[in-house]
Amino acid sequence: MSKILKNQIFIPIAALLLLAVFNLIMDPSFFKITLGYNSAGDPVLSGYLMTILDYGSELAILAIGMTLVTAASGGQDISVGAAIAISGSVVLRVLCGRDHHAETMQAPIIVAFLISCVVAMIFGAFNGTLVAFFKIQPMVATLILFTAGRSIAAWINNNELPIVNEVRFSYFGGFIPGIPIPTPFFIAAACVIVIFLVLKFTNLGLYTQTVGINENASRLNGLNPEFIKFLAFVILGLCVAVAALIKVSRLSTINYSVIAKDIEMDAILAVALGGNALSGGKFNMTASILGAYVIQFLTTTLYKFNVPADALPAYKAVVVILLVVFSAPVVRDFISAQWKRLTKKGVTENA
Amino acid sequence: MKENAILEMKAIDKVFPGVLALQGVDFTLCAGEIHALMGENGAGKSTLIKVLTGVYSKDGGQIYLKGYDKPVIIRSPQEAQKMGISTVYQEITLCPNLSVAENMYIGRGEGVRVNWKKINEKADAILKSLDIPAKATQQLSSCSIAVQQMVAIARAVDMDCKVLILDEPTSSLDEQEVAKLFKLMRDLKERGVGIIFVTHFLDQVYEVCDKITVLRDGRLVGEYEIKDLPRVQLVSKMLGKELDDLSDISGEHKKFQAEPNTPPVFEAVGLQSDAGIKPFDFYIQKGEVNGFTGLLGSGRSECVRAIFGADRVLGGTVKKDGNAIKIAKPIDAMRNGIGYLPEDRKVDGIVGELSVRENIILALQVLKGFFKPFSRAEAARFADEYIKLLDIKTASADTPIKSLSGGNQQKVILARWLLTHPEYLILDEPTRGIDVGTKVDIQKLVLKLASEGMSITFISSETDEMLRTCSRMVVMRDRAVVGELTDDDLTQGKIMSTIAGGEKKDE
Amino acid sequence: MKKKVLAVVMAAAMVLGLTACGGAAPAADGGGDGGLIKIGIINNDPNESGYRTANDKDLKATFTEANGFQASFAYSLKNDEQITAAQKFIQDGVDYLLLSAADTAGWDSVLKDAQAAGIHVILFDRTIDADPSLYSASIVSDMDKEGETAVNWLKGQNLSEYNIIHIQGVMGSAAQKGRSGAVDAAAASDGWNIVTQQTAEWNAEKAQQIVQSVIDAGTPFNVIYAENDDMAKGAVAALDKANISHGVGKDVIVMGFDCNKWALQELLDQNWNYDGQCNPFQSQYILDVIKTLESGQEPAQKTIIMDEKGFDATTITADDVNNYGI
Repeated sequence: MSKILKNQIFIPIAALLLLAVFNLIMDPSFFKITLGYNSAGDPVLSGYLMTILDYGSELAILAIGMTLVTAASGGQDISVGAAIAISGSVVLRVLCGRDHHAETMQAPIIVAFLISCVVAMIFGAFNGTLVAFFKIQPMVATLILFTAGRSIAAWINNNELPIVNEVRFSYFGGFIPGIPIPTPFFIAAACVIVIFLVLKFTNLGLYTQTVGINENASRLNGLNPEFIKFLAFVILGLCVAVAALIKVSRLSTINYSVIAKDIEMDAILAVALGGNALSGGKFNMTASILGAYVIQFLTTTLYKFNVPADALPAYKAVVVILLVVFSAPVVRDFISAQWKRLTKKGVTENA
Repeated sequence: MKENAILEMKAIDKVFPGVLALQGVDFTLCAGEIHALMGENGAGKSTLIKVLTGVYSKDGGQIYLKGYDKPVIIRSPQEAQKMGISTVYQEITLCPNLSVAENMYIGRGEGVRVNWKKINEKADAILKSLDIPAKATQQLSSCSIAVQQMVAIARAVDMDCKVLILDEPTSSLDEQEVAKLFKLMRDLKERGVGIIFVTHFLDQVYEVCDKITVLRDGRLVGEYEIKDLPRVQLVSKMLGKELDDLSDISGEHKKFQAEPNTPPVFEAVGLQSDAGIKPFDFYIQKGEVNGFTGLLGSGRSECVRAIFGADRVLGGTVKKDGNAIKIAKPIDAMRNGIGYLPEDRKVDGIVGELSVRENIILALQVLKGFFKPFSRAEAARFADEYIKLLDIKTASADTPIKSLSGGNQQKVILARWLLTHPEYLILDEPTRGIDVGTKVDIQKLVLKLASEGMSITFISSETDEMLRTCSRMVVMRDRAVVGELTDDDLTQGKIMSTIAGGEKKDE
Repeated sequence: MKKKVLAVVMAAAMVLGLTACGGAAPAADGGGDGGLIKIGIINNDPNESGYRTANDKDLKATFTEANGFQASFAYSLKNDEQITAAQKFIQDGVDYLLLSAADTAGWDSVLKDAQAAGIHVILFDRTIDADPSLYSASIVSDMDKEGETAVNWLKGQNLSEYNIIHIQGVMGSAAQKGRSGAVDAAAASDGWNIVTQQTAEWNAEKAQQIVQSVIDAGTPFNVIYAENDDMAKGAVAALDKANISHGVGKDVIVMGFDCNKWALQELLDQNWNYDGQCNPFQSQYILDVIKTLESGQEPAQKTIIMDEKGFDATTITADDVNNYGI
């Protein structure tokens, strides 16, 4: 038992179970999934669980990058939402060209996506440079883009609201005809597979953790800690571009001031919920990704119970408090001591 | 409780995941005695003290204190202080930017209104009575480390402490300061304070202590009167094996003697770094063990760091087998077959949260490259091999290195570099803060590796350790190389005089 | 540092102002005759919303040199920065100060300065808490009326039952208060059923999640009343995903506000049912006020409420989309 308690993945799983049990008691129909047809006549699965899969996926993608940034730099990137605005704006700019309401796309989607990847990685590199080479606190460094990002996004499209009238573009944030599971889930799955392959076939994990835990030691063992941190931010940039594609695809347009608003907080929360230390060092990618879906589970649950959107942060704050309390070593020791006492008592009573 | 005892710990157990840190340990302290707590690293000394001071909660056993009729439960260091148990650690835990008096009285529930005049007078009185050379109003950081430690002791005394724990208090003090500290300890002993003294220095134990309790592998070996336990026996009890003499190893291995005019493997000319050392020349031959010696801060570490590229190199050239090579970063040095075990294990060496296995393979893995990670099986094989070879005591290869004892952590770092099979291995203070047994192991290993053809630089604060291993010593003073000693010149006296600079060289 | 920059900017602005005065020699006091009328326009950041972008464009298109104006613009979403800009304009000696204030409070002293300097202040889009004598006119939208117009239209649909998903803007904003108030009143008086009433903070994605949640719960509804076009679009995305038909003669009535061009296009395509205007084209009203003042008269009313339309999908024309879409 104490071994399970100590395991990092215990936290998000426990939170997930807690939420599931809560919903099961309050209203079991929460778990109902129905097969229907959307307005284009294609089969789609719907239900709360599908909603969680759908919206949790973009968060999971961001959590991948955020986990690496947190591990390597011991800080968080708070410019993720603004970077999504920029990256999404770039996609639309390329697709729509000069005419913001073009009937046909001016460039293939893949080209638009690749260009937005490059742009997002450049902005990631900007953050990474400030953090790694200029040694600025990550939150302070990314505050710059956090502040300026949405204006840059608006500037890219000359403050117009471009709209993509191509149905294929809506597949990324919706459904591919014939496949009843939301596309974002497949995109997230692809990202997860890629990151796990990267972690398995390169030393990204070992290097990032080493740099995050002991920068001096990493340098003396031949690593280049600045580059590793820089790399983490660039990878987060890539994750941002993918999430941005899903975001703009959902509505085929963009609202610069509100798109992906506060999503950085959810991404950071996902990392924390995964039991990863926000001060950096050791990380567990699976736990972070699971954490992302738990956050969405919470959000969807709150929507179900008609909690106003502007009150959501307050509930999330409660989760943060619980998290912080339960991940504190003192509390954990106390719990495992109590558990031990209970089990000991059980044994003697049985005997 | 026994008569005259002020503290009795009975059958104390403490379990960490995978390790029984303490198993049924008894410990008794009487009023007015200085009691040494001895044992290798990992024997359980620190754990026992942390249980006593409430840092850890015990998993079994009782603690009796004089004045309490029932066993006491100590939940925190604050509670321990209230019960009269105070600790002075190796690292000063006071606030350097506050005054001496402030440090003595801070956080002791004096309330919001503080009469500083009165407190300063009170502090001065105590400092005077204990013969501590400090003024109440002086800023703490302006005192020497030794005086700071004494202030910490004065704070404890003023808090009416009955049990004073001194955890490695002498490791950063010079001889005179140690003498002063011992005088203070004897004064306190006269006042009836019981002192628990934890140290690695055998001489000091025999100089000041009355009793010795020896722990090994989390168990009690025994409690002895100092006069009944000669030094050699103490060591053998700590190690758990008979050991003829600590110094026998220099006889076992023949030291390397370089053939005249053998070309050096590595050679540095006019090397200079941004760490503030004067340009220096250096060479090392195949299979040779040499050393850097000098007082703390004389630039020993900075020299080897410059060779390894750990500090920014400002000038000079390094040659390998006669060919110039460029070492700007540690990775350059590693690619040229150099390994470096840093002086400060905690800050520069271990990657705390990572497992022993990951810590062992780290350097070799970096050399191998980003896209070529070792498979789990390969890594496990390397780790197991070196855990066995160096006798690293760990629950498993998956255990985080930070939960190992200091000596075992050091062995892991050593394993990390041995795994890279370096041609030239730099060991900066590999034996600092580790127990006698491991020290001897490491010295033996150094000589063995050298006999197999590895070139080694060995740096240690303990001169006799270097005398036992090195065939050539570079002497440093004030950040410059001031001499080189070989053969017959390798004696304590000669080294001392070269360091001191009193005696000019013959030439 | 900030002060220094400000000082330099102000100095530069003053020099510019002087040369401008020199250039248009006779245009000193009172402006007018022959020369250009100098106006300073303080607005919110045009990036804020499509509404604001259209508003800014409209102003820029009207107050051109060709039309006899020399206009300077200052943008900020922060009150103190806006006040600083106003002080600068006063020092520059503009003839008219056009203001869309970020915040309602804190304008008294700077408007008194303007009055002392003989500058006419015209408020547009937003009112402030200050004595009406401090400004010449205030041109505003009546948000309550916008809501009422929309609700009256909805009443006119004579549905057998009203099950409404009400998606609100940022709570406490003037637009939210006005547009929500009418719905609440009608729900109370006509017994409309509000299935859910939540704020999506003007955000399309949040609106989509809110509607998704109602669909997932299986609660029936037949009206979506979204307080802006973005949120209506988000809601429709959720409907499309669940194959719930919407628009003219379909299962769900979709209502939005702000008259974005793309939203009116949705009306024209019969996908939405109603869009309420929040008129960003205030420049003509302002122009009228300035003409009145230039001729030496005071405007007939201090507070001028703009005409605002509500478009019905059954009657909207392609011309409407081009003329009123923003």
